[in-house]
Amino acid sequence: MRALTWHGTHDVRVDTVPDPQIVNPRDAVLKVTSTAICGSDLHLYDGVIPGMLSGDILGHEFMGEVVDVGPKSTLKKGQRVVVPFTISCGSCYFCQKQQYSACDNSNPAEKQDISEPLYGHAVSALFGYSHMTGGYPGGQAEYVRVPFSDVGPIVIPDGMDDDEVLFLSDILPTGWMAAENCDIEPGDTVAVWGCGPVGLFAVQSAKLMGAERVIAIDHYPHRLELARKFGAETIDFNQTKVGEALMEMTGGIGPDAVIDAVGMEAHGFAPDNVLEVAKQKLGVAADRGHALREAIVSVRKGGRVSMPGVYGGFLDKFPLGAMMEKGLQWRTGQTHVQRYTADLLRRIQEGEIDTTFLISHRLPLEEAPTGYKNFHSKQDEWTKVVLKP
Amino acid sequence: MQSHSQRPVLGLLAIGVGAAVGIALLNQRPSRSYRIAPPDSAPGRLAKHADFGDYAVVGKTVLIDKPRQELFDYWRDFSNLSSFMENIEAVKPGTNGSSIWTIAAPAGQSVEVETQVVDERAGELIAWRSVEGSSIDTEGRVAFRDAPAGRGTYVEAIVAYKPPGGELGRLIAKLFQREPNVQGRRELKRFKMLMETGEIATSRNRREAA
Repeated sequence: MRALTWHGTHDVRVDTVPDPQIVNPRDAVLKVTSTAICGSDLHLYDGVIPGMLSGDILGHEFMGEVVDVGPKSTLKKGQRVVVPFTISCGSCYFCQKQQYSACDNSNPAEKQDISEPLYGHAVSALFGYSHMTGGYPGGQAEYVRVPFSDVGPIVIPDGMDDDEVLFLSDILPTGWMAAENCDIEPGDTVAVWGCGPVGLFAVQSAKLMGAERVIAIDHYPHRLELARKFGAETIDFNQTKVGEALMEMTGGIGPDAVIDAVGMEAHGFAPDNVLEVAKQKLGVAADRGHALREAIVSVRKGGRVSMPGVYGGFLDKFPLGAMMEKGLQWRTGQTHVQRYTADLLRRIQEGEIDTTFLISHRLPLEEAPTGYKNFHSKQDEWTKVVLKP
Repeated sequence: MQSHSQRPVLGLLAIGVGAAVGIALLNQRPSRSYRIAPPDSAPGRLAKHADFGDYAVVGKTVLIDKPRQELFDYWRDFSNLSSFMENIEAVKPGTNGSSIWTIAAPAGQSVEVETQVVDERAGELIAWRSVEGSSIDTEGRVAFRDAPAGRGTYVEAIVAYKPPGGELGRLIAKLFQREPNVQGRRELKRFKMLMETGEIATSRNRREAA
């Protein structure tokens, strides 16, 4: 089959690789019909996530048709399913608590060795990502093996387009969980750093959860325009001093909750960021935390910090004093996708959530490297790329 | 044929730091003096100065969300061990209730060890030891304890072994000294996966290399 494979920083290629098979009893194999490039794929593209091997198949946002099932799968051939990017067994302590991204049993035992000294524990496996999270072949391919297919995939009713439901795999539940982690109360103001796909879904979700005001922060005019479409006020950090603006806009109180939908590769020329770009290029597991620092300093006393943005290593100059003295609450983590898919599918069906606005480009799988290049370097226009194998 | 020490090592291991030191004293290291610290709640093998003499000791504990008896029963059928232990090729019944373990060694070789169950308490404990004249002097025990609040069972496995000399010993040493604690942790995690999910997670997407 053809598949998008990683070969190093800014080097992805479409290669011919062996077709996947059923390996374990609960597996299914899908013929992929749609797959998207995610902002966290760009972290791999930029080479800032450790534990990648040349030839790894990328892609953790995908859906397709079931073409083969193991004896313990509950899926049937011919069903259309969307697959959560988190691989979860459904039966361990964490899955029973619906903390699917903490699954104990999906990350292969021999792949957990890197995480344990770094994080204390290995987290759940993810598709198409670092070998720290299992090194499972991803879905930017013609076919993909789906482990624990009786737990993860959600069956899509006939009549719904791929474009409507594809983002149930990651970014929609991720934006939703980011807003849920804000514990929004009526009258709240929520500030969102980053108007990428997760930030934009967080804006929509926060509004649906009853936030009175949502303030979105980015520097790409088109992305800010999309945020305004969903009722957000916006701040362009290239034009405006973000921290002071947030204070003025909230009468000195600060936002009640803040969402860092940026993660480890913050943009901009703030002094802390320039230094951290340099450190990241040296490969010392340094995260870039400008957006997170700004969020923690801006949020009101006793406020909530939600961090869907991906970080992988260590951060200097963390405003721990602000965290403690202001009595902040902090919630984060890879998304517990399986917890949200059924509810969000219903909201899409009922027209409560718009998913298709995001897609700016559709490309055949063969052109995936072009998609990566442009999603990476033309972020204003290239808001989301969907690949068709 | 060299002689083998058959002193029970593991019987003392779980007791605490003092016990760990006690073993060190038993194992011909008289020139050093040890301060006997009062035992704390941690397993003795984790003492900063644990010293088991010629024995290497590997021990790990894992929490598995299954009842004690079910886990005990699976483990007690030693022929099951090769399903989750990477280096165990097979365990077959020997004579007089003993078991013959075939252990994969580097360079495509394998080693056979004959063991005897020396202690067994249903649903709680299995302990085994290599028989006199076996190629590796080893003993192991696995204990099953209820975790709080119905969260399953703490499974603690400890293996001690004394590699023989010669070429075989070199191979076995190489086998075991390849991060023995990492190996032990992986084996127990595979056991947990198999018990909790019915399969062992792998990122391979084909049954064999294409």
